[in-house]
Amino acid sequence: MSRILALDTSTDACSVALWCDGRVEGQFELAAKSHTQRLLPMVDEVLSEAGLSLSQLDAIAYGRGPGSFTGLRICLGVVQGLAFGADLPVVPVSTLQGMAQGWLSARPERQQWPVLPALDARMSEVYWGLYQWHDGVAEAMVKEAVSAPEAVVDAVQGQSLDAFTGCGAGWHYPPLQSLKPLSCEQQWYPDARALVVLAARALAQGAVQAADQAEPLYLRDTVSWKKRERIRR
Amino acid sequence: MRVLGIETSCDETGVAIYDGERGLLAHALYSQIDLHAEYGGVVPELASRDHVRKLLPLIEQVMAECGSQKEDIDAICYTAGPGLIGALMVGASLGRALAYAWGVPAVGVHHMEGHLLAPMLEASPPAFPFVALLVSGGHTQLVAVKGIGQYEMLGESLDDAAGEAFDKAAKMLDLDYPGGPHIARLAERGTPGRFTFPRPMVDRPGLDFSFSGLKTYTLNTVAEHAQVDGLPDEQTCADIAHAFQEAVVGTLAIKCRRALEQTGLKTLIIAGGVSANTRLRTELEAALGKIGARVYYARPAFCTDNGAMIAYAGCQRLMAGQRESLAVNVKARWPLDSLPPL
Ligand SMILES: Nc1ncnc2c1ncn2[C@@H]1O[C@H](COP(=O)(O)OP(=O)(O)OP(=O)(O)O)[C@@H](O)[C@H]1O
Ligand SMILES: [Mg+2]
Repeated sequence: MSRILALDTSTDACSVALWCDGRVEGQFELAAKSHTQRLLPMVDEVLSEAGLSLSQLDAIAYGRGPGSFTGLRICLGVVQGLAFGADLPVVPVSTLQGMAQGWLSARPERQQWPVLPALDARMSEVYWGLYQWHDGVAEAMVKEAVSAPEAVVDAVQGQSLDAFTGCGAGWHYPPLQSLKPLSCEQQWYPDARALVVLAARALAQGAVQAADQAEPLYLRDTVSWKKRERIRR
Repeated sequence: MRVLGIETSCDETGVAIYDGERGLLAHALYSQIDLHAEYGGVVPELASRDHVRKLLPLIEQVMAECGSQKEDIDAICYTAGPGLIGALMVGASLGRALAYAWGVPAVGVHHMEGHLLAPMLEASPPAFPFVALLVSGGHTQLVAVKGIGQYEMLGESLDDAAGEAFDKAAKMLDLDYPGGPHIARLAERGTPGRFTFPRPMVDRPGLDFSFSGLKTYTLNTVAEHAQVDGLPDEQTCADIAHAFQEAVVGTLAIKCRRALEQTGLKTLIIAGGVSANTRLRTELEAALGKIGARVYYARPAFCTDNGAMIAYAGCQRLMAGQRESLAVNVKARWPLDSLPPL
């Protein structure tokens, strides 16, 4: 018996999902630059449609990254506020694994091959991972990383895979195309409705945090930080 | 009404609990100054990351400090702008979601209204109407204040803000960021009268400011007296700091007096980081005492960014019935005189 609310705003997409003992309800929309406006109203709608209040939940899950730094923090801020306010633990879920989970569960015929989700990390790099279907879950084959597209190509060739598929906006970098995936969908986003499935597994294994322990996973921690420019009037 | 206030507009995480009847109950501040020191200024991405780590622990801390339980908090307010957009989002997202979880109302607060009302947190607060001099890292404004939300802009800086001018002068003298307090300390050892810096725009009518000329003048004076290491000798640095501070303070004082004369008001409040400057306080008291006006300011900790001023300002707006929807809106720019009156 578990009830989990999951939130993700790591990309242009904004999504909220509710897990109730294996049943998943939720909302997903493209909301570039309007995550702060949309996220809480969507939480409210998802909960009220299910006739549930926060206090009836067991945990709150969040797309912990990698992804847009600002997006990750919007999600984390809302999740911390909800979880602290309602005395709930939180469950971090990889956004890349969430993408893979959604991708592989959407079409059973995809499940025979691994999938390489990739997000555009800007500065000519991608966030990426490699996942294979096992027992209803997209399992990580490599550690998720931020890399130049050429480095992804090297790493994937080192895996000597027979074939695999790809998803996510990071695939727009031409070097990645040279990997010739069986199929590739760039318009594929992390989605709380897939993340929440992974969160349910994690919760069952006790992989939870206190709200004040929750942190985004940026992956990129060393960039040449730019100082603020003062805004004039 | 008991309100939790959250401030994350720049490089300080501030949280406070203000009670409409009992006053300020608790406040806590985490300053990121050390984090940004090596960059000589605030790095927005690092600031946002640090707010995420510090905010919830600070909320827990102030609640424990004043023995407030969740049930005791009647509303939440957070800085919604102006400021660093990514930093604002951290406090606003968490604050709005927490209010939703607790089932209490929330309101977004204007950071400069927070500064402006900070003197109200002191034992004998000023009464409306008054003239406010807002002097901070990003703002230098003279405002006629009839009441909360009734702001008429009298003048403002056409270029650098006063705090920014302090920070830049400090950098020229190889002092740490933020430079205001360092300049003030160094100036104490300065020789009065060795240098006289120009007082920008005092000969022109009107209430606008300009500090970029003073910046250039300071830079030139430093260069003229520079030794092999690029800096003047210690005493000369102190003399330059003194002359610089006198010029800023002198300019602010002249414009404040002019603003009071123009409006016919007898009360001046000063707010924002630079209002912590002792020289500015004494000079204003002297100059305005002559025309029978009084000067009010907050304790130094409430001049720079803090949660208490946000809790206070938010509490006033919440008590007047103002409410925010579930959609969270933060703004990097937000003119003070566009706020609704209470
Ligand atoms: N004693 C002092 N003398 C002069 N300047 C000071 C003093 N103490 C602080 N300051 C200056 O105050 C500024 C910080 O003030 P504050 O925190 O109000 O600004 P901010 O929040 O960065 O900007 P804003 O409020 O306009 O968004 C810095 O520029 C700092 O140098
Ligand atoms: Mg400020």
